[in-house]
Amino acid sequence: MSDKPEETPITHATESSEHAEQVEQDNDYVTERTEQVEDTPQARLDRLVEQLKHDIAEGAVEEAVINEVNGHLPTITVKKGHWLAAAHWLQVNKDWSCDYLRNLAGVDLGDELEVVYHLISLQTRREIAVHVKTEREQPSIPSVTPLWPTANWNEREVYDLLGIDFPGHPDLRRIMMPDDWVGHPLRKDYDPSDSEV
Amino acid sequence: MIRTEELLLNVGPQHPSTHGVFRIVLKLDGEVIKEATPVMGYLHRGTEKLAEQLNYTQIIPYTDRMDYVSAMTNNYVLVHAVEKMMSIEVPERAEFMRLIVMELQRVASHLVWWGTYLLDIGAMSPFLYAFRDREVIIDLFNELCGARLTYNYMRVGGVKWDAPSGWIDKVRDFVPYMRKRLKEYDKLVSGNEIFLARIKGVGKYDAQTAIAYGLSGANLRCTGVNWDLRKQEPYSLYERFDFDVPLSFNGDCYDRYLLRIEEIVQSLRILEQAVEQFPSGGETMGKVPRVIRPPAGEVYARIESPRGEIGCYIVSKGKAEPYRLKFRRPSFVNLQILPELLVGQSMTNLITILGGVDIVVGEVDC
Amino acid sequence: MNELIQQTLTWQNGLIFLGWAIVFLFIVLGFVTYAIYFERKVIGWMQFRHGPTRVGPLGLLQSVADVLKLLIKEDTIPQKADRTLFILAPIITFVPAFAVLAVIPYTPSLYFADLNVGLLYYAALSSLSTIGIILGGWASNNKYSLIGGMRSAAQMISYEIPLVISVVGVVMLSGGLSLRRIVEGQGSNFWEWNLLPQIIGFVVFMIAAVSELNRTPFDLPEAESELVAGYHVEYSGFRFAFFMLAEYVYVFAIASLTTVLFLGGWHPPLAILDFIPGLLWFMLKFVCVVFFLFWLRATMPRIRVDQLMSFGWKVLLPLALINIFVTAAYIELVVK
Repeated sequence: MSDKPEETPITHATESSEHAEQVEQDNDYVTERTEQVEDTPQARLDRLVEQLKHDIAEGAVEEAVINEVNGHLPTITVKKGHWLAAAHWLQVNKDWSCDYLRNLAGVDLGDELEVVYHLISLQTRREIAVHVKTEREQPSIPSVTPLWPTANWNEREVYDLLGIDFPGHPDLRRIMMPDDWVGHPLRKDYDPSDSEV
Repeated sequence: MIRTEELLLNVGPQHPSTHGVFRIVLKLDGEVIKEATPVMGYLHRGTEKLAEQLNYTQIIPYTDRMDYVSAMTNNYVLVHAVEKMMSIEVPERAEFMRLIVMELQRVASHLVWWGTYLLDIGAMSPFLYAFRDREVIIDLFNELCGARLTYNYMRVGGVKWDAPSGWIDKVRDFVPYMRKRLKEYDKLVSGNEIFLARIKGVGKYDAQTAIAYGLSGANLRCTGVNWDLRKQEPYSLYERFDFDVPLSFNGDCYDRYLLRIEEIVQSLRILEQAVEQFPSGGETMGKVPRVIRPPAGEVYARIESPRGEIGCYIVSKGKAEPYRLKFRRPSFVNLQILPELLVGQSMTNLITILGGVDIVVGEVDC
Repeated sequence: MNELIQQTLTWQNGLIFLGWAIVFLFIVLGFVTYAIYFERKVIGWMQFRHGPTRVGPLGLLQSVADVLKLLIKEDTIPQKADRTLFILAPIITFVPAFAVLAVIPYTPSLYFADLNVGLLYYAALSSLSTIGIILGGWASNNKYSLIGGMRSAAQMISYEIPLVISVVGVVMLSGGLSLRRIVEGQGSNFWEWNLLPQIIGFVVFMIAAVSELNRTPFDLPEAESELVAGYHVEYSGFRFAFFMLAEYVYVFAIASLTTVLFLGGWHPPLAILDFIPGLLWFMLKFVCVVFFLFWLRATMPRIRVDQLMSFGWKVLLPLALINIFVTAAYIELVVK
């Protein structure tokens, strides 16, 4: 974002197309992806797991699969204790540099809870889904809000609806339900015939 | 000694410029904002919880009610996610219908934004002009699916209704009509000194901030980040059409304003081409099992809604109902930057900035 | 009328004054009723709407029905409001608005009082309304209305100054503060009006006047998108009606004043059109000014409060001062 045009670019269709071209050159967020022969999704995933095991901890990655239906999305499950380190690694690692957290969803798996992060790098356009599991009693997962500020409200939503605690979150309060609400509605064992309803 | 006190002001939940039941608690020093705390949930209907008891076709009407200004794109993201999971082929005619209604919806949605934004700034007339032209689109939708706002139009594998005879021609006629109108709007508003003074340089942020806060849509592109999912991660038939992604670099309300106007122009370009290439025959529903049971697994589908990246994350256990359904709502995510932008601004700029983010509270609260 | 004012005040004279005041109040009320109708129609047409059409033929009774509704509404006073001031505020706002009309001459013979300080009287009284607005905003005990009231105070005081200074040029040309004298000083051709010689003054005056009226684009005190309704947010029923009434009476007053000061009052635009009665000319010019105010409302967005202030102090005030110097130089060099 070094070269800023002096005038505001968008006034007419013709101008904007010129600017779009210009941006293709200027914009370091869109770079051509260099396709290598061995760069299959599975190979990339294997390499990632290796690197994570090497850089973070041997047992950091519990599971690693390719989600075929979702456009071969690499999907890993990271141990809760190593998640913050792994998240930081994913953010700063040159290959991945996941600067954009596009989705954060909490899921009640029955015997445990999990949070799913969909990360993407706007520079390399690499995507990854990360699952982090936590126990059902006193669930807690380290907050990634310091890394991706966008996680702020998303984590609050998960906290509100699923009751997962996010240590490190700057302002963990209920966001959708009233402050004095009892229970976490998105849990499978939540009783919807609540006295307040 | 003069002693000044901070004023705690509740903007909303009932306030003309919060575009719904949204509330911001402001700490004011005179008219300068010291702290802003958004409070939401007034429109929380538990869509995600409700969806866990419904089959996929039954969920579609609920998506209409999330971003009620842009119901068609919401429909699409859900059926698109299910189709991805089940690898369903959608017939070309159905996909064309979807694309045309989505682009019409984008125009309609931006028109609503344009009108209400100027109403926020204090100009009354543009609101009525915008709604008059949006009415043409609404009438087209009404003719297509019998509803004006909540269409429930798309289905897994296709669309519910084929275009009535003459409908495509009406869309074709709409494009030059809207172009003419846009020129009028430009003359009326875009050069107005007061308007420019109100929005230029207001609510400024850079690309790093925008990315960190996960902004999308015009809110991200106004900082020069070329990120439009229609181009970057093409879905539907967008690869077949020639259109530009407008970008600007200042990251202020004025740039967002120009971008949205320009996006209408680009949508009209897409519509023009789509109408020309529209297949003369074909099915509007693909081969879909009688009961939709996606295989066990998960999928995250995302498309470019008028407000940014709308995503749908489905976890299926092989049943007719989703095990977990999560919507990534662009309004919700985009709104997070608001408290950051408001500090140090005047009370008046609150409205300018909030309007510039373009939220729909139905989507924020879901 | 003028003779009556010269005489000592007796019961009889007092009753005549009162009678005339009541007659005039009804004329003004009639004007306000149809000004609102006219405004809604004009803006409606500009926005591809119809405006009022339902009540009475062509919707002509719409405003009457609105006023009736306001009058029979329950009179609510917020519990935490300052009762006395809350009740007093609309009256303080309205009375000066009505009182300023006394000095405006409509034709050579139709006027109420020919004060030799007419213009000063107008400026002094009209600024009293500000007090009512601030009181209303403060007494409501509502944060929105308080901000609205404070904005209003700042705005009124800031724009009062260019408003008054912009007409100094006119006063210098005509050599007096009497409004009647000012009209008589203008001629029966449009180039003999104060409009062209005092064009800077006219522009400054119009802008400041729109601001004094709290109308778009200067309607910050009641900016509905930020402050919901500004200073009268807690008012309803006939108290609210008083605020509205005051606002439209000021439209009447400002339009009359513009006509008198700059548009030649009852003089025709060309001397050969002299056969048309002066009152008609006055009304025609008056309606044009009113239309201009409504037209602005349909086209303009609202200015921001800091921009409003800097515009008033940094642009309008210097312009008005320049106007005085130019006029003084003109009088010194050309007229003398």
